[in-house]
Amino acid sequence: MIPEFGNFALVMALGIALVQSIVPLVGAVQNNSRMMAVAVPAARLQFVCVAISFLCLTISFIQNDFSVLYVAKNSNSLLPLHYRISAVWGSHEGSLLLWALILSGWTIAVSIFKKSLPLTLSSRVLAILGIISVGFLLFLLLTSNPFLRLFPAAAEGNDLNPLLQDPGLIFHPPILYMGYVGLAVPFAFAIAALLQGRIDASWTRWSRPWALVAWIFLTLGIALGSWWAYYELGWGGWWFWDPVENASFMPWLVTTALLHSLAVTEQRNTFKAWTLLLSIFGFSLSLLGTFLVRSGVLVSVHAFATDPARGVFILIFLAFVIGSALFLYAWRASAIISLGRFSALSRETLLLINNVLLLVACATILVGTLYPLFMDAMQLGKISVGPPYFDKVFAPLMLLLVFVLGFGPMTHWRKDTFKNLINRLLKSALISALLGMAFVLLIFGPAPLLTTLAVVLGVWVIASSLATFKNHLGKDKPLDRLRLLPLAYFGMLVAHIGVGVFIIGVTLVSTYEQSETVRLAVGESYTLANRRFELADLTSVQGPNYNAEQATIKIFRGDHLVSTQFPEKRFYHSSSQPMTEAGIDAGLFRDFYISLGEPQQGNAWTMRLNYKPFVRWIWLGALLMAFGGLLAVLDRRYRKKQEGAN
Amino acid sequence: MWRFTLPLMGFGLLVLILAIGLTQDPSEVPSPLIGKPAPEFELPRLHDPSQNLSLADLKGEITLLNVWASWCESCRVEHPFISEIAASGAVAVYGLNYKDERGEALKWLKALGDPYQAIAVDQDGRVAIDFGVYGAPESYLLDQNGVIVYKKIGPITARDWKEDVSPLIQQLRDKQL
Amino acid sequence: MNRKLFRWIVLFLLMAISHALPAQQVVTFENPETKQRYENLLENLRCLVCQNQALSDSNAGLANDLRVEVERMLRQGESDQQVVDFLVDRYGDFVLYDPPLKTSTYLLWFAPLLLLILFSVSMITYFRHQKTIMTEPPLDCKQRARAADLLNDVDQ
Repeated sequence: MIPEFGNFALVMALGIALVQSIVPLVGAVQNNSRMMAVAVPAARLQFVCVAISFLCLTISFIQNDFSVLYVAKNSNSLLPLHYRISAVWGSHEGSLLLWALILSGWTIAVSIFKKSLPLTLSSRVLAILGIISVGFLLFLLLTSNPFLRLFPAAAEGNDLNPLLQDPGLIFHPPILYMGYVGLAVPFAFAIAALLQGRIDASWTRWSRPWALVAWIFLTLGIALGSWWAYYELGWGGWWFWDPVENASFMPWLVTTALLHSLAVTEQRNTFKAWTLLLSIFGFSLSLLGTFLVRSGVLVSVHAFATDPARGVFILIFLAFVIGSALFLYAWRASAIISLGRFSALSRETLLLINNVLLLVACATILVGTLYPLFMDAMQLGKISVGPPYFDKVFAPLMLLLVFVLGFGPMTHWRKDTFKNLINRLLKSALISALLGMAFVLLIFGPAPLLTTLAVVLGVWVIASSLATFKNHLGKDKPLDRLRLLPLAYFGMLVAHIGVGVFIIGVTLVSTYEQSETVRLAVGESYTLANRRFELADLTSVQGPNYNAEQATIKIFRGDHLVSTQFPEKRFYHSSSQPMTEAGIDAGLFRDFYISLGEPQQGNAWTMRLNYKPFVRWIWLGALLMAFGGLLAVLDRRYRKKQEGAN
Repeated sequence: MWRFTLPLMGFGLLVLILAIGLTQDPSEVPSPLIGKPAPEFELPRLHDPSQNLSLADLKGEITLLNVWASWCESCRVEHPFISEIAASGAVAVYGLNYKDERGEALKWLKALGDPYQAIAVDQDGRVAIDFGVYGAPESYLLDQNGVIVYKKIGPITARDWKEDVSPLIQQLRDKQL
Repeated sequence: MNRKLFRWIVLFLLMAISHALPAQQVVTFENPETKQRYENLLENLRCLVCQNQALSDSNAGLANDLRVEVERMLRQGESDQQVVDFLVDRYGDFVLYDPPLKTSTYLLWFAPLLLLILFSVSMITYFRHQKTIMTEPPLDCKQRARAADLLNDVDQ
């Protein structure tokens, strides 16, 4: 009964979403406030229905109801409870339901925080979110229904993919989806603005926090995914330029550009059409990512089991939503006039360069990801575009971006002079150059030019951010000034410092990592990066739904025992693929990473030993960026009651 | 202003590429060897290891070289159709026994029947690499001069035969006449 | 079940089916430079069977064979280019994670530069154009007051 109830709730949700998308839009055209007022109750009711449906699926998982096809495919009675719950989004159908749930959650959030918005704007926004809900609910019901019954019921389930049986994967998809789906809100705001034909400062104040929150979730989601891949996949990489990773990175880049462009629109009343376009792009790329992951057009490790009907559906939906948004843009954007003027050297110009670089980076990833598809479509043969390509084209763009980043916050709006700028930043430039070079030289010795340059630029971002801060405080009464500084300003500083930390981490780990595959018998040891790895013991371990071989590895520095690690090779009952659980001795300045290979004759194993200097800085940088975003969201000016736009 | 329509046009192009992409199989990779002479090889025969089978033995007629192994489950699925092709006499069917054990391979043939005119044994998979083999089963169609004209990764099916292979064989025969 | 027997079974299964695992063969070269070349090559070659792993990371049968082949060629003193050509001749450009520069990939390799020029030019022309529109009517009193407001805003 429960699955049928869930299915029914889903159908109900679709019906309500239809009402939510049509009635308020018509009302907005006819200026009928009663019709527009339908948006709020409809949005809330739709959320309730989707939530019930989601709950029903979760109950089916908890109860091990293997008469539901999706449960039978993705769960097992031996699976621990927390993984049975996370198995709800462990595969295509359920993750799509989660997507729909989060979308209706964002919609309801808009309906709650919309108080200061004019009715026309808020009902348009809710209606547009309703249209997107209709698409996804239809997609669920037509091609990916998670409530389909299996007849006769299976005696036992197939189990959740062992790769997903990990705490990181409980949180990674929901957080990432919060980001993906959250982009629908600034998108809806942009469309509503195009429909009404103008945007003003208050529009940006409404739209910007939503974009920020979505961006924070995207940042965290991507970082979590990268961290998970690092410790779970067993070869110690943190980014693979896989199509699915690219699908999450592209919206991030565009949203980062959007945040900066929104800042200009808010402060200087310019870049308006451009901001709208970026809002549209952000969500478009998130939809495109959904298409790439779920349609099977690209080969990817993460790809869901594919079905051509799904690909066709998403493509049509994508063409409809984005196509009409861009059509609307082509039609109305020229009416939206930007006022602010600025000279060739001004913060506006630097932010424009930031936007261009971020967009070029994003477009490059798009080209790289889709080029094999393009070649195939043109019958030009099959090629692979992998990490070497992306590394080569991406690094220069990012270094350029980081270089400009150092100047941005220190430059005046509207007009500045080179002389003043150099005066203000010369000290931090010199300090960062010296500090950066000394840093690399002292820790790692003589370094390649590019490595030194990248580290110097990383330090430059941090140094110039601190210099800007100091400059802002001024000489007299710095504490009073400190109290007056808006939180958003601190947010910007923290996020920028995060970028610097990230750049340093990426540069150092990719230049100085060391790894070696060795064969060790019990009692033998091998020395890598000044540490001696000794295989002390081999034991077998039984988990709830797997058995494992576990090695005890002692890491010595000289005679001093630094750490003991227990890497495992797991064999899940349900899967023919053994899983690697790496042993990681983590530290702020380096990780030692051990993954087991294959058992050998004579109580020995092959194993891969890795030394990963500064790898943690990558995620630390991402966390700082997200934290900076959080500070910005909490800024007073987004909370205080705003005047309506008339 | 026309510039505002640029995003829309770019997007149209993107959708077009994606739509075409939907019709293609991304994991299917064409062989660069098609249209080129098959690589030379000289391998012991399965039934009589003292004798060798080489590319020269395959020349002079249109042949289907089928890569198989006893450990390969899909080869078992494919086997009846290979036998059918051999029985029809449309082409000469040769086998390339890929990274197999001789005893197992002979047992397999005994149980399922031996459709091959001759079988070369590629114990270490070295010749298979020259042919660009991914895994078993795979099939290559060679013309009278030993040029590879067609390759199928995975079990060859009646549909492949009807739609792709038969017309090719017809063309080759026509050319010869 | 007897614990020892159990362990033996697990070990056996592990040995029998070790697919899709990080590949871990112990390969040693006398010359550390050759070893480095070997690892770089494998990292930039795509496994054809699992398709989403580099040759260095894949444990598919073919990947093993190809690694042995690469090792053999390097030992015979062949250059990186010769190894790459060997594989491309047999498996096509698909095997390269680093796509070769040729007519069909010009667009790919020059895309970043082209995009950078395209975006910069369109931005510059757009804002130039906008500025000419704006500069025609000089600021009136109201606008000037507004500009002053905005500047104050910034200073806060």
